[in-house]
Amino acid sequence: MNLSDTFRRCKPLIVYICAGDPSPDQTVEIAERIIRAGADVLELGLPHSDPIADGPVIQSASQRAIASGMNTDLYFDIASRIEGVPKVFMGYYNMVYRRGLERFASDCRSSGICGMIVPDLPIEESHPLREAANRHGIDLINMIAPNTPDKRIREIVSLSSGFVYLVARAGVTGASDDLQESTKHLIDRVPPVIPRAVGFGISRPEHAAELIRAGADGVIIGSACVDLIGRNELDQLEDLIRRMKRAMTKVRVKSTVAIQRS
Amino acid sequence: MGEISCEVRFGRYGGRFVPETLVQPLVELAEAFERLRADPGFLGELSKLMRTFAGRPTPLYRAENLSRALGRTVYLKREDLLHGGAHKINNTLGQGLLARYMKKKRLIAETGAGQHGVATAIVGALLGFETEIYMGEVDIERQRMNVFRMELLGARVIPVRSGSRTLKDAINEALRDWAANYESTHYLLGTVAGPHPYPSMVREFQRVIGDETRSQILAEEKRLPDSIVACVGGGSNAMGIFTSFLEDDVRLIAVEAGGKGPSRGGRSAEHGASLGLGEPGVLHGAMTKVLQDPYGQILESYSIAAGLDYPGVGPELAHLAETGRVKTVMAKDETAIMGFKALSKLEGIIPALESAHAVGYAIEHPEMLGELSVINISGRGDKDLHTVMAHESV
Repeated sequence: MNLSDTFRRCKPLIVYICAGDPSPDQTVEIAERIIRAGADVLELGLPHSDPIADGPVIQSASQRAIASGMNTDLYFDIASRIEGVPKVFMGYYNMVYRRGLERFASDCRSSGICGMIVPDLPIEESHPLREAANRHGIDLINMIAPNTPDKRIREIVSLSSGFVYLVARAGVTGASDDLQESTKHLIDRVPPVIPRAVGFGISRPEHAAELIRAGADGVIIGSACVDLIGRNELDQLEDLIRRMKRAMTKVRVKSTVAIQRS
Repeated sequence: MGEISCEVRFGRYGGRFVPETLVQPLVELAEAFERLRADPGFLGELSKLMRTFAGRPTPLYRAENLSRALGRTVYLKREDLLHGGAHKINNTLGQGLLARYMKKKRLIAETGAGQHGVATAIVGALLGFETEIYMGEVDIERQRMNVFRMELLGARVIPVRSGSRTLKDAINEALRDWAANYESTHYLLGTVAGPHPYPSMVREFQRVIGDETRSQILAEEKRLPDSIVACVGGGSNAMGIFTSFLEDDVRLIAVEAGGKGPSRGGRSAEHGASLGLGEPGVLHGAMTKVLQDPYGQILESYSIAAGLDYPGVGPELAHLAETGRVKTVMAKDETAIMGFKALSKLEGIIPALESAHAVGYAIEHPEMLGELSVINISGRGDKDLHTVMAHESV
């Protein structure tokens, strides 16, 4: 299962969870429930002590996970036990660098992870990891922010495989009430030569639908789910994912119809 | 300021390991710094403030009693006499003025003990910025006086409740704030750490310490010193005084916090010696030497001197230590306390506990100093009286 196939088949709902939160034992079960509820891609976070791109919800989850004994060895063990959808690693560069780039990419491969998101690794610093990821057939997924200039967007896209991660708003991860106009504008600014998935601040089915309508190829949801996991509201978590997925699929049907008519 | 360009990398260290949202603000900051460091208007304004507001140049004082005790000539670079009580103002004035030229309305900064926070609040008041200081909840408890000082100066102190609730987390929080508010806000980072351009920019604002020392020692002694001793937390006072001597035959000694000893337990180290005991890794946007566990989780550091209590270090220092140009040593809490008391009694100067690490090391290892040495007294010790009193009563 790889990311390109998934994006060809559908406009995926990508769901982030923090591995080891609330405990390493529970992560596999939580992931299975998420997949059963309709997640198309699982973004499995490796918790870090200093997550500078994350807001309070994911920070707390990371702290809980580290306190419960989460580490990189357990991470790959957990990842290899989750099946059914493509899995993407999300984690900070020091955790990757410390294990060794080659070893990390190889561990991704052998635990069935097909892509890597490293939020503190901009393209200027990404060459060594990109080489290692390529050698093991792993997509290194780049991020594009609302303030990324057009020329740099083209550079990022040219270095990307799998999909590009569009950061919906300035700042850090965390649920918000509204989508900004600049988010929709950002989708237009990124050439559709590679799938464009949008994340940061997406927490409601209507956000997801709006993004798909605006041309997004996929939607990433994180903090809203992590928040429910933190409160041990797993039924609500499944329900949220079901509603998100339904909202996205409805739009898709509409736009397909529109294309057929035209 | 010198001619060294604004480097991105120092050997294998440095770089810009930040979320994409921060790349553009850092590019704009680097461009503004490159432009303004050659701008006579900016430089004139900065040097006037340094002279008339901060109190530069600071004396290079020949410490006769200490010299006699150690059997060699020792000078003290008196950064403790600057406004605010430490070298921190050199950098905050530079960046504050830069922020004004960049038309920013708001300053944010991190602080551990509160010294950089106070220096930022001073400049915020002077130049008319809205100023917000991120400070760990644990540090707020430990440093109530500095919190009050910052508030008096018109700054707002924002408690940081994440992670270890200390300096490292205050930096994380400031970076997160900046990612959301960079259009209006300048992040006034307090040391030579962090992503490019901070390590080289802060060094350039601090190198006035070494530039002055160089001309002062040449005027007094007609020669360069055999050694320069400075304490290292993030490394801004050390890089400030070392930079002017990198090409010379001068031994540069970086004294890190040895804390209680070179061990670690659980998620904390018992010291702050990133250069001596850390390993390469990424912290706060730079590849540098970092105190970390085998998986790459950052450890909490420890020192009796809050300004040395940091699990990373400036990337240029990591490079200079690795090439051997800078000699890295450690002074434990006890050595710092000894240096604190000794300098007070011998010279009538109460040094900051940070600077006392350099003093204590010099007293314990006079053979390392050569015949003529300069110790950088990066700050004054008034802020540390309660710490030393508490230490005495234990």
